[in-house]
Amino acid sequence: MPTTQPPGPVPSGESPLSGEPLPAHEPLLSVEDLHLSIAGRDRAGAERTVHALDGVSLRLAPGEALGLVGESGSGKTMTALSVLGLLPPGARVTSGRVLLEGTDLAAAPDQVLRRIRGEAVGVVFQDPLSSLNPTMTIGAQVAEPLLLHRGVSRAEARERAVETLRLVGLGQPGERMRNYPHQLSGGMRQRVAIAMALVCEPKLLIADEPTTALDVTTQHQILELIGELRERLGMALILVSHDLGVIARRVDRVAVMYAGKVAEQAPVARLFTSPRHRYTQALFDALPERAAGTSRPLATIPGLPPSLTRRPAGCRFAPRCAYATDVCRTEEPAPRPADDEGVHTYACFHPADPAARPAAPGEARPAEDAPASPGTDADVLLDLDDVRREYPLHSSPFTRRRDRRLVSAVAGVSLTVRRGETFGIVGESGCGKSTLGRLAVGMEKPTGGSVRFEGDDLATLDRAHLRAHRRRVQLMFQDSYAAMDPRMRVGAILREPLVVQGVGDRAAQEERVRGLLDEVGLERGAVHRYPHEFSGGQRQRLGLARALALAPSLVVADEPVSALDVSVQAQILNLMRDLQREKGLSYLFISHDLAVVRYLADRVGVMYLGSLVETGPAAEVFARPLHPYTRGLLETADSAVVDSAGETAVDGAPEAGPAEGAGPLAGETPSAADPPSGCRFRTRCPLATELCATTPPEPTAPAGEGHLVRCHFPLVPVAGSAG
Amino acid sequence: MTAEAATPTTPQPAAGEPADDDGMDATPGLARRTLAVFARNRLALLGACLLAALLAFCFLGPLVHPTDQVHTDLDQASLAPGEAGHLLGTTDLGYDMLGRLMHGGQTSLEVGLAAGLLATLFGTVYGAVAGYFGGWVDAVLMRVTDAALAIPALFLLVVVAAMVTPSKPVLILVIASVAWLSPARLIRGEALALRSRDYVHAMRLMGGGGGRAVFRHIVPNAVGTMIVNATFQIADAILYVAYLSFLGLSIPPPAADWGSMLSSGITYTQVGYWWLIFPPGLAIVLVVAAFNFIGDGLRDAFDVRLQKN
Repeated sequence: MPTTQPPGPVPSGESPLSGEPLPAHEPLLSVEDLHLSIAGRDRAGAERTVHALDGVSLRLAPGEALGLVGESGSGKTMTALSVLGLLPPGARVTSGRVLLEGTDLAAAPDQVLRRIRGEAVGVVFQDPLSSLNPTMTIGAQVAEPLLLHRGVSRAEARERAVETLRLVGLGQPGERMRNYPHQLSGGMRQRVAIAMALVCEPKLLIADEPTTALDVTTQHQILELIGELRERLGMALILVSHDLGVIARRVDRVAVMYAGKVAEQAPVARLFTSPRHRYTQALFDALPERAAGTSRPLATIPGLPPSLTRRPAGCRFAPRCAYATDVCRTEEPAPRPADDEGVHTYACFHPADPAARPAAPGEARPAEDAPASPGTDADVLLDLDDVRREYPLHSSPFTRRRDRRLVSAVAGVSLTVRRGETFGIVGESGCGKSTLGRLAVGMEKPTGGSVRFEGDDLATLDRAHLRAHRRRVQLMFQDSYAAMDPRMRVGAILREPLVVQGVGDRAAQEERVRGLLDEVGLERGAVHRYPHEFSGGQRQRLGLARALALAPSLVVADEPVSALDVSVQAQILNLMRDLQREKGLSYLFISHDLAVVRYLADRVGVMYLGSLVETGPAAEVFARPLHPYTRGLLETADSAVVDSAGETAVDGAPEAGPAEGAGPLAGETPSAADPPSGCRFRTRCPLATELCATTPPEPTAPAGEGHLVRCHFPLVPVAGSAG
Repeated sequence: MTAEAATPTTPQPAAGEPADDDGMDATPGLARRTLAVFARNRLALLGACLLAALLAFCFLGPLVHPTDQVHTDLDQASLAPGEAGHLLGTTDLGYDMLGRLMHGGQTSLEVGLAAGLLATLFGTVYGAVAGYFGGWVDAVLMRVTDAALAIPALFLLVVVAAMVTPSKPVLILVIASVAWLSPARLIRGEALALRSRDYVHAMRLMGGGGGRAVFRHIVPNAVGTMIVNATFQIADAILYVAYLSFLGLSIPPPAADWGSMLSSGITYTQVGYWWLIFPPGLAIVLVVAAFNFIGDGLRDAFDVRLQKN
C-alpha cells in the first residue's frame, strides 16, 4: 500500500480475498452476548465456577475470515468450540445465543449439532496426530463425514475423499488413502485433518491454532492452503491463534480477546496499524519484532491475566494497564465504535490515540548505543569444532548389527561463543539445535569433533575437573516445570546446585537463594512453595535463577520462552537481557522463533538438518541472508509487523529485492536417519545443481569476514556477485 | 496453616502475580497435604476406618470375647447363630464361630501384610536396579521376571505348599515369591522414566552424581507408586492366603484362617449352615476392599498436582 489510508470514511473492511462486498444484513454466524461458565473443582477439590466467556458478541459474514487472538485462557478457543457445541464437561452456556444461519446452536439439541458439525461447520484442531484415529487409514477417515452426513455410497465417498486430499495438496492421494496417520509427517497430517473438515464442503471452517504444533515452513504452507481453499470454496473462516503473526495476513477482521471478553474488533490492517484498546496496544509493543536490532528492552505487560473464577468489576485489563484510572476499576467499558461505519469497536475508557502511531521502539532510539561489541576472539568461551553426534536408531542390546542405523543429529558444527555475547541458534524442529545445546553443556558427548570451554576439551576432563566445569556452564530448560523436582520446595531446588557443588554453608546458601529470587524478580516467600504453584512465566524465572546459582559464565537456553504468552515472553526476555548486562553473561540461545533470536542475539547460527548453514552477526544475517535456507526461513516466517501505509519498512524483510531462486520454502525436512548426500539442503533448494548432490559445501565468507555460509551458490548481494 | 481448609474457596486476587502476593506463608508440608488430599476421598477414608475396625476386631476382639480355639467340642458342633451364647454359632468341630473369625483373621492379616510388604520391598529393589542401570542388567533381570510370570502363580503356590509343611513364615515366603513380580516391573518402568526426567538431568548438570539422583530425586518420586502398589499387594496376598487355605494347603488345624474356614464351611452348604461361609467370606471381601480403597486414595494423595496449599 503505497499511499496513506487515513482511518476514516474509507471502508477499510474491503477484503481482497472475497470478491463481493460483505453483506452486512445477513451474517452467517452471529454470536450474541454469549456467557459461558465451566463448573469444576480447583486443585483442592473445592467447587468453583470459571466464567470463561462473559458477553462475547461476534458476527461473521458468509465468506469472511475472522481472526480470534488472545493469550492462553482468554476464551478464544471456548468461543470457537461453542459454535460447534463441543464444550468441555461442566461447561454451560448461561446466556446469549450462537446463531448459525438463524439456528441457535447454544440451545440446539444434540441431533442438530451433530448434523452441523462436519457438514455446515468444519473444524481443524491444533494437534493433527491426536485428531486422527491411529487405527484407521486416512482414506477411511476422510470419507467418514461423507458416509455420516451425506449417505453416499462407499465408492462415491472414496472418490470424493481422493478429490479432497488432492485439493489439500497431498501428493498421490489415491495411494495415500491406504496410509495410516503415523506414516505421514506433521504437515501432511494437518493436511489430512483439513481434508476431513472440508470433505462435506462446510460454509464455515474453524481452525483452532492449526499450525501451532508445526514448523515455520510447514506453518506457512498450511496457512497458505487454508487461505487458498477458503477463497476457492467461498467458506467463512474463524482462525484462532495466540500468534499475531499468523493472524496478520490471513484474515479480514480480527477480534482480540482478553479474559473472556472481546477487547477490540477491527479490520486487520486497521487493528495492526492503529489499535485503540490499551491491551491490544500493549500486546503489539511486547512483540520482539518491534524491538529487534535495538538495545531497547521490550515493552512488557506487568502481571498475569486475571483468574476467571470471579467476575471483577470494571475493565478486566485495568490491573495491568498503565492508563487505568478509577473509572476503569469500577465500571465495565462497553464496546464503542472507533469510526462511523462501526467496523472497528473497542471496549476501553482511555483508548490509544489513533493519530499517534503505535510506539515503534525500534525508532525511538538509534541502535548505536547497543553495548560495545562483546569480546574479541581472544575471549572465546565456548568453542565447538566440527562437532558430530549420531544416535543409533534402534538401541537395545539385542538389536542385530545390521539394523544399527544411525541418526545424524548434529553433523559437523563449528561455532564459537565469546564472553558477554549472545549466540542465537535458529532452526526448525529436528534440525539438531537442542542436541547441539546438550553437547555444549556437556550433557552429551559428541561422537566426533571437540567441545572446548575456555580452552579445555571437555572430553579430556577427568571426573573432578568435569564436576568443577559444571559451575561454568548451566542449562536453562524449555520447560522449567519438568526440570524441577515436583516434590521439592523452591528453596531446596534453588539451593541444590550450591549443595551439589559444596558452595558455602547452609546459611550462606540460603542467603544466595534469596539474592537469586531478588534478581529474577520473585518474592522471597517463594522458597516455601512448590513448583506447581507458579505460573509459566514465574517458573521460567525460577529456571533462570537456578541456572545462575553457580554464577556460570555461559548459560545455554533451550527454547526458554516458547511455551509462554507474548506478554510474559517479553518479561523473560528483558530479564535475560538485563542479567546479561549486569553479570557479563554469555548465552547460547536456542529457538525456532526468528523474532526472539533476532531481538536477543548478537550473532546467530542457522541450523538445517544437523549442520550450521550460516553464521554471522544477527543484523547482518537477518538483513542480508546468504544461504537460500535462511532466506526462505525469513520469508516464510509470519511477522506481526505489518508495514502499513505510509510507514517505512520496519527493519523487517531482507533488504535485497526478491532474488531469483528464493522464496517461501516448499517441501519438508528430510529424515536425519537418511540425510541427502552433499549439501543437506539440496532437496529443497531452488538453486541446487549436481555439484550440491556430490560435494558438501565448505564454509565461505563471500560477504565479508564473520559472516560464514555453507553453500556453493550463496546469495551474495549484487555488488559482490557482479565480479 | 490451619486455615488451609478455608482458603481454597476464596479466589486469588486478580491483580499482579497471585502466587507471590500472599507473602511469606509457607505451603504446608508434603505429608500434611498428602493427608489432606487423602482425607478428601471419602471412599479412602472409609477404607481406612474399615481396616482399623477389622484390625481391632481380630487383634483386640479376643480380649473381649475369649474363646477356646484349640480344643474341639463336638457337643457344641454346628450350632446356629444365637444358640447357647454363640453369637455366630459354632463350627462343625464346635469352635465358637465369632472367636474363630477373629483368630483366623489374625493369620490372614499377618500373612497378607507381611507377604505384601516383602513382595513390594524386594520387587522395588529389583525393579529399581534394573531401571537405573539399564542396558544388559535390565535386559537380563527383566527376562527373569518375564519367565517367572509365565508360570501360573497358583500352580507354583500349590506345588511349593504341597512340598513344604505350611507355617506362617513359609506361607509368607511362598506368597511373596510369586507376588514380587508385578512391583518389580512397575518400579522398573518408573525408574526408567524418572531417570530421564529433566530435573535429574538438571541435577547432573550441576555436577551431582548417581547417588543423589537415586536418593534425592528418583526414590522420593517413586515412593507414591511404591506405597500405592503395596496396598494392592497386601490385598492380593490376603487373597492368596485364602486360595491356598481353600485348597487345603494352609497351616494345619487347629490354626485357622479365613480361607480354611471357608473351605471347611463349604462342605455344609447343602445342610444350610450358612454361618460357616458368609462371615469369613464377608471378612475377606471387606479387607480386600478396604486395602483397595486405601490404595486408590493414596494414589491421589501422592499426586502433587492435586495438592494445594
